[in-house]
Amino acid sequence: MNEMALLLAATLNAGTVLAIAGLGLLINERAGIVNLGAEGMMLVAAIAGFATAVHTGSDVLAFAAGMGAGLVMALAFGVLVIWLNTNQYATGLALSLFGAGFSAFVGISYTQQRIGDRMQFAVPYLADLPFVGPGLFRHHPLVYLTVLVALGLAWFLYRSRAGLVLRAVGESPESAHALGYPVRRIRLLAVLSGGALCGLAGAYLSVIYTPLWVEGMVAGKGWIALALTTFATWRPARVLLGAYLFGGVTMLQFHLQGEGVQIPSQWLSMLPYLSTIVVLVLISRNPNFIRVNMPASLGKPFFPGA
Amino acid sequence: MAPIYPTESTMTVSKRTLLKTAGLAAAVALAGCGKKEEAAAPAAASAPASAAAAKPAPLKIAFAYVGPVGDGGWTFAHDNGRKAVEKEFGDKVVTSFVEKVPEAADAERVFRDMVGQGNTLVFGTTFGYMEPMLKVAADTPAVKFEHATGYKTAENMRTYDSRTYEGAYMAGVIAGGMTKTNVLGVVGSIPIPEVIRNINSFTLGAQSVNPKVKTKVVWVNEWFNPPKETEAATSLINGGADVLMQNTDSAAVLKTAQDKGKRAFGWDSDMSAYGPKAHLASAVINWGPYYVKATRDALEGKWATGKSWWGVKEGSIDIVSIADDVPAEIKAKVGTVKAGLADGSFAIWKGPIVDNTGKEQLAKDAVADDAFLGGVKFYVKGVDGKVPGDK
Amino acid sequence: MLRLEARPQPSKALSIASPLIALAITVVVGVLLFALLGKDPVKGLQAFFVEPVKSGYALSELSVKAVPLVLIALGLAVCFRSNVWNIGAEGQFVVGALAAGWVAMQAGPGTAWMGRGIVPIILLAGVLGGMAWAAVVALLRDRFNANEILVSLMLVYVADMLLAYLVYGPWKDPQGYNFPQTITFDAVTKIPRLVTGLRMNIGVLIALVAVAGLWAFLFRSYRGFALQVGGLAPAAARYAGFSSRRALWTALLISGGLAGLAGGLEAAGPLGQLTPYVPAGYGFAAIIVAFVGRLHPVGIVFSAVLMSMFYIGGELAQSRLGLPKALTGVFQGLLLFALLACDTLIHYRIRVGAKGAAQ
Repeated sequence: MNEMALLLAATLNAGTVLAIAGLGLLINERAGIVNLGAEGMMLVAAIAGFATAVHTGSDVLAFAAGMGAGLVMALAFGVLVIWLNTNQYATGLALSLFGAGFSAFVGISYTQQRIGDRMQFAVPYLADLPFVGPGLFRHHPLVYLTVLVALGLAWFLYRSRAGLVLRAVGESPESAHALGYPVRRIRLLAVLSGGALCGLAGAYLSVIYTPLWVEGMVAGKGWIALALTTFATWRPARVLLGAYLFGGVTMLQFHLQGEGVQIPSQWLSMLPYLSTIVVLVLISRNPNFIRVNMPASLGKPFFPGA
Repeated sequence: MAPIYPTESTMTVSKRTLLKTAGLAAAVALAGCGKKEEAAAPAAASAPASAAAAKPAPLKIAFAYVGPVGDGGWTFAHDNGRKAVEKEFGDKVVTSFVEKVPEAADAERVFRDMVGQGNTLVFGTTFGYMEPMLKVAADTPAVKFEHATGYKTAENMRTYDSRTYEGAYMAGVIAGGMTKTNVLGVVGSIPIPEVIRNINSFTLGAQSVNPKVKTKVVWVNEWFNPPKETEAATSLINGGADVLMQNTDSAAVLKTAQDKGKRAFGWDSDMSAYGPKAHLASAVINWGPYYVKATRDALEGKWATGKSWWGVKEGSIDIVSIADDVPAEIKAKVGTVKAGLADGSFAIWKGPIVDNTGKEQLAKDAVADDAFLGGVKFYVKGVDGKVPGDK
Repeated sequence: MLRLEARPQPSKALSIASPLIALAITVVVGVLLFALLGKDPVKGLQAFFVEPVKSGYALSELSVKAVPLVLIALGLAVCFRSNVWNIGAEGQFVVGALAAGWVAMQAGPGTAWMGRGIVPIILLAGVLGGMAWAAVVALLRDRFNANEILVSLMLVYVADMLLAYLVYGPWKDPQGYNFPQTITFDAVTKIPRLVTGLRMNIGVLIALVAVAGLWAFLFRSYRGFALQVGGLAPAAARYAGFSSRRALWTALLISGGLAGLAGGLEAAGPLGQLTPYVPAGYGFAAIIVAFVGRLHPVGIVFSAVLMSMFYIGGELAQSRLGLPKALTGVFQGLLLFALLACDTLIHYRIRVGAKGAAQ
C-alpha cells in the first residue's frame, strides 16, 4: 500500500514539469500561437536556473532566472512571429534547435557542478495521514502551486473579462481587431507568459527534480507538453490530468521493471509515447469535438489591416 | 499560412545558383588566405624542434571520448588517465582529445582525422568504436589503436578493460552490511555482459556478509540521462530498496538517494561531494596506470597486440571514500577482499554459483576464467527478474 | 521609429539574398564567439568552411553526411509545401534502416545467386519501411484527425525503442558477446562505392536523381501542383477539386519513403550493421536543411552541403581548436533564426517614420 502511495507521489512529481510547461503553452495556443520552441526554452531556462542556483544558492532566484530566460526567448519568438509574421512552426523549431545548442554550449562549465541538498517538505498534520500523507502532502511547493495555477488559469479564461478577450483573439483575431482590441499586444503577452511558465518548468527540472545539469536533459518533455495541450482540448484542468497521466506511465514502467515483470524494458519505455498517441487519437476522433475546442486561428498569422 | 518559400514566378533557378556559387567561391577565397596562415604555423612549430635537435619529436596521442569530459563519471575518469600520462611523460608526449564522438558512422571520420593529424597512438574509450577503429586500423598500419571494453583485435589494435566487477563486489560487501530492508537496488544502464556481471558481483558481495539480501534492477537503456536515472532510482526506493548502486554515468542516483534519506555508491569516479550524507563509497576506475603503460610501450617500441583486463591488482580499480558510519568489521572485510584481489589469492567468481532460475552456473570450488566472465548472461540467485534480451 | 511596410510584391532580389544574409549573420556571430572564447577566428572559420572541402577525402566525407540530409529534406519539402508537418522523419529513417537491415541480414549462401542484386532490394526495403511508418501518421490524421506533428514525433521515440528492442533481443549477434548489435552485414550487401578508398557511395547518384525527380514532380507535374495549391490555399484547392486526403497521403508516403531510403543507405553503407546508435539526428537536421533550402530541390542540395560543413567543421573545431561540440547546434539554430528574420524582408520594407495606424 505504501508503495502505491510512493508511486502516486512520484507521479505527481514527474507530472509537474509537464503540467507547468503545458499550461504555459495553453496560454499561447489560446491566443492562436503555436510555440514549437518549448523544448528549447525549457533547456535554456534549465541551465539558467541551475547556473543561478550554483552561484547564489537560492532556489527562488533560480526559478526567477529560469522564468527570465523563458521570457527572453519567448520575446524573440513573439517579435518574429507576431510582428514579422514569420511561419510559426518554422520559427518555433528554430527556437528549439537554437535553444538546444545554446544551452549545451553555456552549460559546458556546469556539468560537474552541484547544488546543495534539496529541502524536504511536508504539510503539517496532513503529511502524516496514511496513504494520502506520503502520496499527496510531501511535495515541493511548486507541485501545489501548479494545481493553483491550473485552477487560476481556468478561472481567468472562463470567468474574467481579460480571459474572454484572450479567447476571442484566439478564435478570430480579425474580429477582435475590428472591435478595437490590440490583438498583437495581447498575443505577445500570451507568448511571454507562456515563455515564463515554460522557463519555470525548465528551472524546476534542473534545480529540484534532478539537481544536475546535463545537456539535453529536458529529453523531449517540451514536445510532450505540446502534445498535452492538444489532448487536453485546451482546458487547464485537463492539461493537469494529462500531465499526471504521462508522469504516471513513465514511473509505472520503472516500477514494473523493478517488480521483475517479464516485458522487455524497451517496450515498457515506449508506453508513455504510445499512450500519448492513443489518447490523441481518441480525442481527435470527432472532428467536431476538436473544432469546437481548438482556437480557430491556431497557427495562422494575423495581418492587421489586411 | 503565408508561403515561406519563393514560388517559381519570383525567381529562376539559374539566378539563385549563380549567387550561391558566388557565396561558396567567397568562402573558398577565404581558404586561400587561410592556407598561408597554416603554412606559417607548422614552420613556427618546427623551428623550436630543430633547435632542440637532440630531442625526438614528441609522441602524439589522441583520445576519443563518448561523453563530455565534465560528466563526472566514465569520460571524466578517462580524461584523468590522459592527464596522468601528461604528468608522467611531460614533453615526451602531446595529447589531444575529441569528446562526445557518437558511436556511429561519424566515429570513423574522427579516427581518420586523428591519424591525419599525426597521432600515432589512439585510444577509443567505448565499445561502440570497435568497427570504426578496425576499419581505420586496417588502413593505417603504422598507428597503434587501443580500444576499451571491446573484443576484436588486429595487428595494430588491442583491447583493454577494467575489472569493474571487483569494485562492484566490494561495494556489495558494504551494501550488505548497511542495508536494513535487505533490498538492494541497481540502476542499470545498458544490458551488456559487463553490467550484468557488475549486478551479479554486487549481489555476491552483499550476500557474503548478509545472505538474505535481494537485488532489484531497473534499466534506463542509456549510459547517461540524469532525469531518467532519478526516476529509476525513485522507483527502486519506492520498491523498498535502501541501498542503491548504479552503472550509469551521472551522480543523479546518488543525489536521489540523498534526497530520500537512503544510501548509494559513486561509480567510475569519486562522487562523494555530490551526496555526502548518502555516499557510502565510490567504486572508481583509474585509467592512469594502464594509459601510462600503453604510452611507455609505444615510446619504447614494445607495443604489441593483445587483450588487457586490469583490476585491483594492477591499480585500475579501487573503492574509495568509504563513509565513516560503515561498521569496522565491514571495512575490515573490504580491506581483506581488496588485499586478496591485489595478490590474486581471492576470486570473486568461485563456485558454487547458482543463477536465479536455480540452475548451477559454476560448480563448487571452480574458479571462473576470463572467457566465462566475458559472456555472463544470467542473474545470480537473489537478483529479481530476467536479463533483458535473453531468449 | 522603425516600422514595417508591406511591399507591393515580394522582392526577387531579397528572396535570393536572404539565405546569404542569414549565413553572413551566422558567420559574424561565429567570429564573435570564437574571439570571446579566446580562439583565433580565422582558424575557426577555416575549420568550418575550408577544411571540410579541401581534399577529395574531405569531399567524400561531406557527401556521406550530406546525402541523407538531401534525401530526407527533399521529402520534407514536399510535406511542408503541402502544409503537412512531418516532424517525425527521424523515426521513418530508423524504421527504414531496420527494414533494410533485416534484408541485409538475410544475405548468405541462400541468396548468393542474386550477387550484388541484393543491394536494390535492401534499398527498396528501406523505402517501404519508411513509407510504412509514415503511413501510420497519415492514417491517424486521415481517419482520426490526429495532429501529424505530435503523432510523427511520438513515433520517433517508439521507433528508437523498437530498434533498441530488436538489437538487444531477437536480432542480436549471437557471436557478439551479448553486446547490442546485429551481425556485420555480408560484404555483398555493401552499398557500392564510387571511388575505392573513399566512403562516397552511389547514394550521391541516388540523391541527384531524387533532386531531379522531385523538381519535376513539384514544378512540372499536375499532382505536384495540386499538392502545393492545397498547402497554400486549401479553400481554393477544394474548390478546384484537389483532394486534400490524396495530398496528405502522397506527401507523407513520399517523405517517409525518402527518409527510409536514407536510413537504408546509412545502414548498409557506412554502418554495415544495426546498432542502437542508428538514429543520428538527420531527421531533425533535415528540417533546417529544407527551410534554408527554401523547400526547393536545388536549394536543398546547397543547404545540405552547408549543414554538413557545420557538422564536420564542429568535429574538426574540437580537435584543432579545442572548441566545444555544442557550437555546431548553436550555429545551425542561429542560421535558421537569421533566415526566418531575413525572410520578412522579402515581403516587407523597413521604413523610418512616424507611427502609422493603430496596430
